[in-house]
Amino acid sequence: MPGILAYGSYLPYYRLARSEIGAALGTTAGPGARAVAGYDEDTTSMAVEAGRAALAAAGPDSAPEVVYFATADPAYADKTNATAIHAALGLDQAALAVDMAGAVRSGVGALRAGLDAAGAGRVALVLLSDVRGGLPGSGDETGGGDGAAALLLGDGPGVVAEPVAAASATAEFLDRWRLPGQSSSHVWEERFGEQAYLPLAEAAVTDALKAAGLTAEALDHVIVAGTHPRAARRLSASLGARAEALVADEVTPAVGSTGTAQGPLALAATMDRARPGQVIAVITLADGADVQLWRTTEALTAYQNGRRRVTVADQLASGQGQVSYPTFLTWRGQLRREPPRRPDPEAPSAPVSHRHEDWKFAFTASRCVACGARHLPPSRVCVKCHAVDQMVPERLADVPGTVVTFTVDRLAFSLSPPVVVVVVDFDQGGRLQCEMTDVDPTKVKVGDRVEMTFRRLFTAGDVHNYFWKARPLAAAVEKGA
Amino acid sequence: MASRGIRDRVAIVGMGCTPFGEHWHKGTDELLVDSTTEALGSAGVKLDDIDAFWLGTMGSGISGLTLSRPLKIDYKPVSRLENMCATGSEAFRNACYAVASGAYDTAMAVGVEKLKDSGFSGLVGSAPPNDGTTAPLTAPAMFSLLAPAYAAKYGVDPDEMKEVFTRIAWKNHHNGALNPRAQFRKEVSKETIACSPLVAGQLGIFDCSGVSDGSAAAVIVRAEDAHRYTDNPLYVKALSFVSGPAAGPIDPDYDYTTFTEVVRSAQDAYSQAGISDPRAELAMAEVHDCFTPTELVLMEDLGFAERGFAWKEVLAGTFDLDGELAVNPDGGLKSFGHPIGASGLRMLFECWLQLRGQAPEARRVAAVERGRKLALTHNLGGAPGQCVSFVSVVGSEPSA
Repeated sequence: MPGILAYGSYLPYYRLARSEIGAALGTTAGPGARAVAGYDEDTTSMAVEAGRAALAAAGPDSAPEVVYFATADPAYADKTNATAIHAALGLDQAALAVDMAGAVRSGVGALRAGLDAAGAGRVALVLLSDVRGGLPGSGDETGGGDGAAALLLGDGPGVVAEPVAAASATAEFLDRWRLPGQSSSHVWEERFGEQAYLPLAEAAVTDALKAAGLTAEALDHVIVAGTHPRAARRLSASLGARAEALVADEVTPAVGSTGTAQGPLALAATMDRARPGQVIAVITLADGADVQLWRTTEALTAYQNGRRRVTVADQLASGQGQVSYPTFLTWRGQLRREPPRRPDPEAPSAPVSHRHEDWKFAFTASRCVACGARHLPPSRVCVKCHAVDQMVPERLADVPGTVVTFTVDRLAFSLSPPVVVVVVDFDQGGRLQCEMTDVDPTKVKVGDRVEMTFRRLFTAGDVHNYFWKARPLAAAVEKGA
Repeated sequence: MASRGIRDRVAIVGMGCTPFGEHWHKGTDELLVDSTTEALGSAGVKLDDIDAFWLGTMGSGISGLTLSRPLKIDYKPVSRLENMCATGSEAFRNACYAVASGAYDTAMAVGVEKLKDSGFSGLVGSAPPNDGTTAPLTAPAMFSLLAPAYAAKYGVDPDEMKEVFTRIAWKNHHNGALNPRAQFRKEVSKETIACSPLVAGQLGIFDCSGVSDGSAAAVIVRAEDAHRYTDNPLYVKALSFVSGPAAGPIDPDYDYTTFTEVVRSAQDAYSQAGISDPRAELAMAEVHDCFTPTELVLMEDLGFAERGFAWKEVLAGTFDLDGELAVNPDGGLKSFGHPIGASGLRMLFECWLQLRGQAPEARRVAAVERGRKLALTHNLGGAPGQCVSFVSVVGSEPSA
């Protein structure tokens, strides 16, 4: 049966303590912290990172033939964002890549479409990514979180979870909304949404359990996600599921509610520790209610022990960057600060970016077949042996490297100065001078191990400039590599 | 095939140099009129006596009209050229070749830059439309990459490195304080330099050259004609210019402790000039101290210090005004200021003053009085691992 071949998650490095919000605004914002996408991240770049994790775990024989990208916060309107993800993942030109953008419910649609594709014999990559926020002091700001998840769906012996049953309940009501171009949502009175959601959720759960021939007590893990936390809590209490099954979502309490990614991230975390043959329910309350029941397979154990996989727990643990509330507001464009006395960055040129798509997006370098020297960016003439047009392309996105020298540039333009720039020598050859991110500028040193990460360097002239940066090599990756 | 040079075939017979600094009251046109008028006066000629012009500017104007319009040059050839921070030297080199070729009897090289009208801090470049993948390094950040690499290679700890950089800035400020044309004419204490706000890496604001406006010019004639203009011309012994493959940022064999382009251009220039031991033969050197680590590494690349030992020589005062080999006696880019297109010719202007005994007494280089007759200028553009480099040697006497 078709199902999940692999999954990947991405949680950003930064956390904002809710107490920071409370202290700044003179309010009570609750305990804990929310995950914050870096100043150089957006839903597109985070989806790339989650997608890389899923594809790395899946191995080379599962190239996606369709890519569905869902987000409530697309980086571009009137331009597909999934194409940048498709390019950054180095996928085949023949693969379809489309957005399902608009609202959290779009994530449900992307997953359903992915399962349909898998049922039709194709490999589908479903990407769910969100940057959640709202006006300063709003519940969306304090309770939201940023992150991404990826599910690779297809058929074969490697399937780690199969869909058991699904059910939906759709209704039109005004719980939350915003007009295109607005950066925060309006929400209706909380109790209205609660009473609208609960009957829909109960209907969908009943339908799904009936289709699966299961009772609520038979569920091993229950994840309740969605845009209405109060309704989600009430539903959890009234489901009739076993108490131990209801603690399945350890991600949301740690990072906040991540929109389209919330359910899939909790699913990923659950699968990291689930046993074969267990039933996992993912319930999503977003403009209706949707239930997806999964059953894990015997292949899950081998998957969990697989090489080069960063678990959700690893990512939760590596979220070490603390961001202050003023910095958070600055990154979100809600606090305009005095810029450095330097010219604004210039928008990248569309024709040049298109000519260099393999380099800019896929991080594909070249290697000289005459002498073996690697070139970043690709070059026609070899710097070592001067051979002309003797190059083969070589994608280096997953090759780690070592810092040769570095600097901390306090003059260069950045939304988050200072800019850390490193010279990286890649394992098995090649060198690049690039920005380093997700790092304390005072901790960088010669010899540091780094890996590449896809980022939005800056936005100029309403053009997002995507490229790769170095970041500290995850301990789990170094160990497995 | 060989680089043969034009040793002693042309000579400088007049020079001019504006004060460098923040010329809020003068534009590019006024600076050009100032420097060329002084150079013509120094050579005792009129504008009409010059047969051809080479104008170097990185961004203060395009085409020969940038010079011919303010000077009202009557229908003569004017070439405008650019080679990053080595632009002024490039103008000089081309003017020298024009005279050496016999095409013209007299030529003028002019360099100018008007930086302070942009309103930005530091240098501002403009790149052609691109794919946005190049790391956004400012100039100080690019040169600060030298520091951790040099420290790691030679086992110098970061505090010692900072002391070395501070010593270089302190020396150049000391020299500049003695120079009425310099942008910064004040001694600066080592403590002030060391504690200045960080700009990039270990570099503070006092490790950076001055952003300034200025212009400098030289009149060049055939060597055999030189004594018609002056009793003490400056003979051009060597001109070397090198542009590299920009291998540093892509080749793991480059270690960020040297400028290969400088090593090559120095070798070429020494060979043209017949110099075998620059430290023992040169009276002084004007080098491209855009940032303090640059001057440190240049001491090794130009053969003034052994590899890995320049930092000790700097601390020992070897390159001080009264040291064994005076480096940047006029204050250098650090203190004289760095109006890009003018800097290469400004370096020659100090050689012109020192070798001919016209430098103010307080900063006169003792080696000249002891009989040394050669001076070197070094000018580079770009960044570690990817630069253009120029080296010239000039002398106060024709070779025997």
